[in-house]
Amino acid sequence: MNKELRRKKRYQAEKRFQLYGIIAISLALFFVGLLVFKVFSDGTSAFSRTMIKLDVTFDANKLGITNVNDKDEVDNADYYTLIYEEFIKSYPFSNREEEKQIIKLLSPDYEFEAKNYFLKNKDQLNKTVTLLLTASDDFDQLHKGNFPRDIPEDRRRLSNYQLKIYDQFLKDGKVEKIFNNYLFSKGDSRDPELAGFGGAILGSLFTILICLLISFPIALAAAVYLEEFAPKNKLTDLIEININNLAAVPSIVFGLLGLGILLNVFELPRSTPLVGGIALSLMTLPRIIIPARASLKAVPPSIREGALAMGASKVQTVFHHVVPLAMPGTLSGTIIGLAQALGETAPLLLIGMVAFVVELPGSPMDPSASLPVQVYLWSESAERGFVEKTSATIMMLLGFLIVMNSLAVYARQKFEKKWN
Amino acid sequence: MELENKRESKVISKNIDVFYGDKQALFGIDLEIYKNEVTALIGPSGCGKSTFLRCINRMNDVIDICKITGEIEIDNFNIYKPDVDVVRLREKVGMVFQKPNPFPKSIYDNIAYGPSIHGIAKDKNEMDHIVETSLQKAALWNEVKDRLHEPGTGLSGGQQQRLCIARAISINPEIILMDEPCSALDPIATAKIEELIDSLKRSFTIVIVTHSMSQAARVSQRTGFFHLGKLIEMGETEKIFKNPNNTMTQDYITGRFG
Ligand SMILES: Nc1ncnc2c1ncn2[C@@H]1O[C@H](COP(=O)(O)OP(=O)(O)OP(=O)(O)O)[C@@H](O)[C@H]1O
Ligand SMILES: [Mg+2]
Repeated sequence: MNKELRRKKRYQAEKRFQLYGIIAISLALFFVGLLVFKVFSDGTSAFSRTMIKLDVTFDANKLGITNVNDKDEVDNADYYTLIYEEFIKSYPFSNREEEKQIIKLLSPDYEFEAKNYFLKNKDQLNKTVTLLLTASDDFDQLHKGNFPRDIPEDRRRLSNYQLKIYDQFLKDGKVEKIFNNYLFSKGDSRDPELAGFGGAILGSLFTILICLLISFPIALAAAVYLEEFAPKNKLTDLIEININNLAAVPSIVFGLLGLGILLNVFELPRSTPLVGGIALSLMTLPRIIIPARASLKAVPPSIREGALAMGASKVQTVFHHVVPLAMPGTLSGTIIGLAQALGETAPLLLIGMVAFVVELPGSPMDPSASLPVQVYLWSESAERGFVEKTSATIMMLLGFLIVMNSLAVYARQKFEKKWN
Repeated sequence: MELENKRESKVISKNIDVFYGDKQALFGIDLEIYKNEVTALIGPSGCGKSTFLRCINRMNDVIDICKITGEIEIDNFNIYKPDVDVVRLREKVGMVFQKPNPFPKSIYDNIAYGPSIHGIAKDKNEMDHIVETSLQKAALWNEVKDRLHEPGTGLSGGQQQRLCIARAISINPEIILMDEPCSALDPIATAKIEELIDSLKRSFTIVIVTHSMSQAARVSQRTGFFHLGKLIEMGETEKIFKNPNNTMTQDYITGRFG
């Protein structure tokens, strides 16, 4: 009877424990779902861009072009006036103020958009074509449905007059949504419709590359030495403890180190992926050393003995057998370490990678943004256009992290040799 | 008696003491191992058979806490002299372990590893030849010749052990040490390996540690009985098994203790 009761209790305890587990997992999934939902609902609209159609004649007289093949003439032609004059004709206006309101519906880059088009299609001189010009941020947000129209005019960013123009354009089929290639190809900008995270992606890639190039070889050498060659004594114990401590140091400290030493003492160029990568590699080092040592330790002693008994030297044993077998674990640790570095913001803020950079970086020596810092920068901006871009950047960042972590899992599963 | 005269010493152990930290594992071992014979080491678990075996190719060097005093002479040369090159020594003294431990590489690469690090093969052809003859000597060639580039770890336990033997003989050592090579194998695989050992003794000197009395009786010419870190008795296998001098030996081989 007593036995029966105890068994029943045990089953109940088991059931209860399972229930707790399910509740915990559901809660975790719920929060992740909430985050993803929020990011996606805010961010997806950033991947499209609103364009306004405009029929333009590339009038040689107006542009001041006499010879299409004269590069100088074509480069310096007055596209600004051409588009300006053509665009304000799209809607009747009665005063200077209304004229301004019309042209403000276009993104200030229209001059270059027209020029770029013409440079590629020089045969269109004196012909009329339909151009797609990027709409201003306010127009874009209105079209995407992110601006409510039913609030008082003085609290709206678009006037009643501009709303009327929008409706008219819509009716005439002049408004079009296209894929926002600017998001990927451009750097930062004051105008949300012209801003992209291309520069931030490049900056992040350069930073991670520098970080990998510095931290991986050093970490691997350190791990191999500590695990395979170092004598076991007080000093190596101390080193071991400090490596673990280093892994727990808040990342901002590495930023300070970068600021104090790399920038002030070595005078490396500020705001560059080079400095960012070096600062992050300090942080990544212990995060690679620890899994690398664990993988080295996991290589069975029988393999080492086998090699030694064949007359392999210690170094040959380590580099022919132990290190290759520890590689999958080391690589997956490296990828996870780099993924953490990719999401790191604080050290980059300190070494000046928060600068407003319009140009795409061409090398790790150029000033640049990075993905997490771009999120930080844009989240500070008031424009609605930057809100969606912030979320889009987070999506990008999460995408990279998912890819890297999957790679880590893949590396471990695919290349891990099984031994008996 | 005539046979005795033809015998040639290969390994001579002189007063070997082994310590693991403070604990002494072997006490003054003196013994002689003859060339082209199989010498079996028997004794209860923990008596120091493996420890002694690992002294012969200095595998104990890897263990930090292990200290060894005394001399072991191979061909009249003391391998515990300070400036002995252990790599050269292990080239001469191969080892097969209790648990088959092929490298997680292809069958071919398992065999080719030793010759390649010692620069024994001049070219690919020569290497192919070494791989083939080693596998043939280990009686494994027919079973694996069609899958030389498959992983060695994919073989059965008995095949893996023969692969390890083939690996050991690939660099043409003079002595092969075997530490319970059949303990992880079934009777059929064991029979194959015993047959193999018998044929290998023509070219090599073999020292085998075993827990199986019948195995020692079948494969060895001489047997040494260890107990609690001491060599109790050593002699002709036949004599040890039929008419040992020591009562402890008698008790052990008849299964009264151990
Ligand atoms: N690496 C080591 N560190 C410390 N002590 C060890 C080590 N290896 C062996 N010993 C000790 O040395 C003694 C002899 O061990 P050894 O492995 O030589 O015995 P064995 O005769 O081979 O036993 P078995 O038949 O079980 O393999 C044992 O008491 C063991 O505890
Ligand atoms: Mg043993």
